[in-house]
Amino acid sequence: MTFEEYSCRKQRGTGRGGRPCRNQWDTRGGMFMKEPIGYSVREAFLQMQECPQAGTPRIVGCSCTLLFEPMATSSERSPPPFPEDLEPEPDEVGDQDSDDGEDIFLGADNPLEIKMDHSLPASDIASSTKPLSEASSAPVMDILSEPASEAFSAPMMNLLMEPASETSSAPMVDLLMEPASETSSAPMMNLFMEPASEASSGPMVDLLMDPASDDLKEPPKPDINPLADIINDAPLSEVKTPVAAMTQEPPSDLFDDEPSELFAEPRQSNTAKQQQTSIFDEPDEDLFSEPLGEALKKPQNDVFKEALAPVAKASNVCGPLSDNYNEDPTDIFTEEAITTLPSAVSTVSVNSKTNGVHSDEEEPDIFAEATVELSLDSPRNDRKKKEAAKPSASASAPSVSASASKPQPKTLEELDEEIEDKFELNISITNPEKVGDGMNAYMAYKVSTQTTLPMFRSKTFTVRRRFSDFLGLYEKLSDKHTLNGYIVPPPPEKSIMGMTKVKVGKEDNSSAEFVERRRAALERYLQRVVFHPSLLQDPDVREFLERDDMPRAHNTQALSGAGFLKMINRATDSLSKMTIKMNESDVWFEEKLQEVEAEDQQLRKLHIMVDSLVGHRKELSVNTGGFAKSVAMLGSSEDNTALSRALSQLAEVEDKMEQLHQEQAASDSFCFAELLADYIRLLGSVRASFDQRMKTWQRWQDAQNMLQKKRETEAKLLWANKPDKLQQAKDDITEWEAKVTQYERDFDRVSATVRKEVLRFEKEKARDFKKQIIKYLESLLQSQQQLIKYWEAFLPEAKAIA
Amino acid sequence: VRSCVEPQIEEDYQAVNVDLQTDATLQVDISDALSERDKVKFTVHTKSTLPNFKQNEFSVVRQHEEFIWLHDSFVENEEYAGYIIPPAPPRPDFDASREKLQKLGEGEGSMTKEEFTKMKQELEAEYLAIFKKTVAMHEVFLCRVAAHPVLRKDMNFHVFLEYNQDLSVRGKNKREKMEDFFKNVVKSADGVLVAGVKDVDDFFEHEKTFLLEYHNRVKDASSKSDRMIRSHKSAADDINRIASTLYTLGTQDSTDVCKFFLKVSELFEKTRKIEARVAADEDLKLADLLKYYLRESQAAKDLLYRRGRALVDYENANKALDKARAKNKDVLQAETSQQVCCQKFEKISESAKQELIDFKTRRVAAFRKNLVELAELELKHAKGNLQLLQSCVGVLKGDT
Repeated sequence: MTFEEYSCRKQRGTGRGGRPCRNQWDTRGGMFMKEPIGYSVREAFLQMQECPQAGTPRIVGCSCTLLFEPMATSSERSPPPFPEDLEPEPDEVGDQDSDDGEDIFLGADNPLEIKMDHSLPASDIASSTKPLSEASSAPVMDILSEPASEAFSAPMMNLLMEPASETSSAPMVDLLMEPASETSSAPMMNLFMEPASEASSGPMVDLLMDPASDDLKEPPKPDINPLADIINDAPLSEVKTPVAAMTQEPPSDLFDDEPSELFAEPRQSNTAKQQQTSIFDEPDEDLFSEPLGEALKKPQNDVFKEALAPVAKASNVCGPLSDNYNEDPTDIFTEEAITTLPSAVSTVSVNSKTNGVHSDEEEPDIFAEATVELSLDSPRNDRKKKEAAKPSASASAPSVSASASKPQPKTLEELDEEIEDKFELNISITNPEKVGDGMNAYMAYKVSTQTTLPMFRSKTFTVRRRFSDFLGLYEKLSDKHTLNGYIVPPPPEKSIMGMTKVKVGKEDNSSAEFVERRRAALERYLQRVVFHPSLLQDPDVREFLERDDMPRAHNTQALSGAGFLKMINRATDSLSKMTIKMNESDVWFEEKLQEVEAEDQQLRKLHIMVDSLVGHRKELSVNTGGFAKSVAMLGSSEDNTALSRALSQLAEVEDKMEQLHQEQAASDSFCFAELLADYIRLLGSVRASFDQRMKTWQRWQDAQNMLQKKRETEAKLLWANKPDKLQQAKDDITEWEAKVTQYERDFDRVSATVRKEVLRFEKEKARDFKKQIIKYLESLLQSQQQLIKYWEAFLPEAKAIA
Repeated sequence: VRSCVEPQIEEDYQAVNVDLQTDATLQVDISDALSERDKVKFTVHTKSTLPNFKQNEFSVVRQHEEFIWLHDSFVENEEYAGYIIPPAPPRPDFDASREKLQKLGEGEGSMTKEEFTKMKQELEAEYLAIFKKTVAMHEVFLCRVAAHPVLRKDMNFHVFLEYNQDLSVRGKNKREKMEDFFKNVVKSADGVLVAGVKDVDDFFEHEKTFLLEYHNRVKDASSKSDRMIRSHKSAADDINRIASTLYTLGTQDSTDVCKFFLKVSELFEKTRKIEARVAADEDLKLADLLKYYLRESQAAKDLLYRRGRALVDYENANKALDKARAKNKDVLQAETSQQVCCQKFEKISESAKQELIDFKTRRVAAFRKNLVELAELELKHAKGNLQLLQSCVGVLKGDT
């Protein structure tokens, strides 16, 4: 694991369980995303009740009903993975009603009335305000958090890191052209060609026009929902300021509306203002304070600040930053436009899927890898945004930035490494050597690394490792990375049979073949590990490659041979059991898992057949050898000289064929069967990563159920009017809400990782299969050429029989 | 499963050409054959200018048992003791193939339609191959007889060719089979005894040692070639199955790698056909040749045994005559018997010498023909295979 990742995780950790979450919930700052809906629903509800003069009990009754009512809405509105979309919201409402809102509801009728007044128009446009408010608030959030951390630093850092390198900048443009073409290529180009070009101001206006105009339809909202809207509008207004500078009309409307609305209800705005400040501080603080002090986050912070500043000034002097800033919002806005429609959720997830697949298919060149990474990122982030845009993901600002910043540096690494990797890290395993005697003997392999990667101490180095070290490495990597949904390449299985033969010291063909097979398998395993950008960064990998005195790995027995297979099978079983329980939200995962399972089955079948071919080919070789001897004998007893000679020639041909078949069997086995065995093992890891995603989902669901229970308890307490226990219940809720949020984020993160990993795996698989099978076909081709040679030499001999 | 195949016997399917001198006076071939439940009906077609046939050209339907009857009648005929009796064709054996076909029918539900069709085609092809081979072996027997200067004039043979009714020969019953078995045991024991007797004639002494060794080696080579071909066929079958699995893999979706799989599957499908052809041709040109010469050398050995037996009889008769003369008792009878044995031995020796020389000529010619054809076919297939592989690798490399 890299330094960056560690830091990311740390950041996430605090963002998840620590202060920011509590802040959000306490201040309800985190709720701003949700509340518009909450309010509109409530408004509609109140309207239905038709009790404008409703007294306290009525209201309490309402809020109690609301506890359950929106839940029903949620179940029909949102897909299973986000069933709590609206859940926190009624609580908020309840909270407000009982805590902060006590004054409002119990003490004063006035605000209530105002609310009711506004509720009428609001509820009229309830359906439209909902998406609008989301559309307008979410983009802002995203602009603030995501582009800054994400899209920005990737190209930015690239530029900073390799500012003048022709070779790298060329592919970079290529790389970024891809995703750019999906949205708008112009700003993209600008980013690289002319950081401070003016052309980019055009799109910017357009971009910002959209949300601005959207927002213009919102005037009634500040009244209905002062808290949320102020928060919505506040950042918006920042963004809109530049718009105002460029386009006069909309902002003026906005400014006309906003203050007037705000100040129309002094009382509300008072509380609102308090909220606003705190809310406003906190997300910012989260964003800025947490990443601070972390070397890699720093540029991001700068970026972020810079990005905000120029935009506020309505000038894109900052060049790449603002350009990029422009570019990304397009994405966000366009995406948002789709995603905010509640019904479009599933479509979008499909969208993002096709995005990934699409870009995957298109790329034939070497740099495709990197390109895909980028374009992969965007659908994932889109997904995130979409989720964030939903009311539930109220904490989007800090959370998204936190989680987005995590894959972010990796994307960077990948860009660099996928390119570098191919040329700058070669690993070979050679000289298998038996160490020791008897049953304590083991094979040691020479692991040579050749690299120009700066992370290694020298350019070439060699270590000696034994098989269990490889298993140990896998265990370490698996422990660390499987949890996060990574596909950790599995090592070859332990073979007691094969190894015993070697240990006993039988110097026959099969044990030599075994050693060679294992050597090759270990080499491929290690290459797969270092080819994985995240695993390469792991200190254990480095240690494995570099360190001279490797501590002996223990407890690798559990992973040996059948045990390993059993483990995979068990995982598969539990997986299939769980699949029934899991109401899969994402068609992509469902389909992929099915694909993987079907493929696994077919590959197993194929492997058995190729094994059988290897067996038959070996048999053929042996039998051809036997026949060759027989023919030689027959020739020797034949008393016609020419025929005798021809027969001994035939025997020679058959002898060579024996050799040929043997070689072919070896290449069947090494090129084809081993490839299949590798991929059967790898598919086990793929399934494990799906399994991991499932587990994370389960944990999240469990937490949600728990939260639900806690809420019910609270409602009961509320109803029973037991304030002494209420605080405990509230604390519990807060705790579980935080957990739910955290687990959901975990799930999203693991999902994203699994998705990325699977795509990466598929790409690698395609490449591997092509390479190996072509190699295999070439071996077949060669044997045919040999065959022709042999028979051509024989033909005149046969004709010479007289 | 009604497995009735009516193959048109292909010209090139004259498996073991034993290079008979083509003689327009009597030409025999099997023009058609029909496989029924447990028997094969061969249509024996004859073209002849010989005066003892009513017509110049005619066909009769014969079964395997009738061929055996003809062969046995030659063997049992003392007149032909000095000749290499053409080996009887082997019993048609479709049992394995039929069984497979039946199993396939039972397992129809458990496989996909493509798999079923493919398997069925394969089994039918296998069945057809065995069928053709059987027909070819029966034909070879008839041709050998027809080309033999003495046997062609055999009355039984003429009846076999001309009589357009069922010959109503029956298969041997149990008792007869037991008798045959004991006869064989006695014969082989006797054969060892006879073989131990040093021959006065160097030619026959040499032929004896040669044939004993040759027969054993050709037997060995034949079984080894069978094994080789069997594993070759298994390998071809594996490639076939690999091809269909690759096809399934390739049809799972339409990604790049799937297209790749489809192409490789297509290639394997073609190469396995070639591999199967290689195996089939090796079977035809090599294994069948060896098998034929296994039987033919056995026939030659039988001839030598008969001659050896006659020699031993002759020597015994001489001894008996000497004894009779010494005792002066039954001298005439002993003389007659000695005369008979001498004549028999000399007659056998006379024709046997020519027969063995002919056998060698035929053998060399047959081996030449078959080995040349084998090499040519191997080359043809290998080149075809190579071309397929080259174009496929070219296409695949172009794709990546």
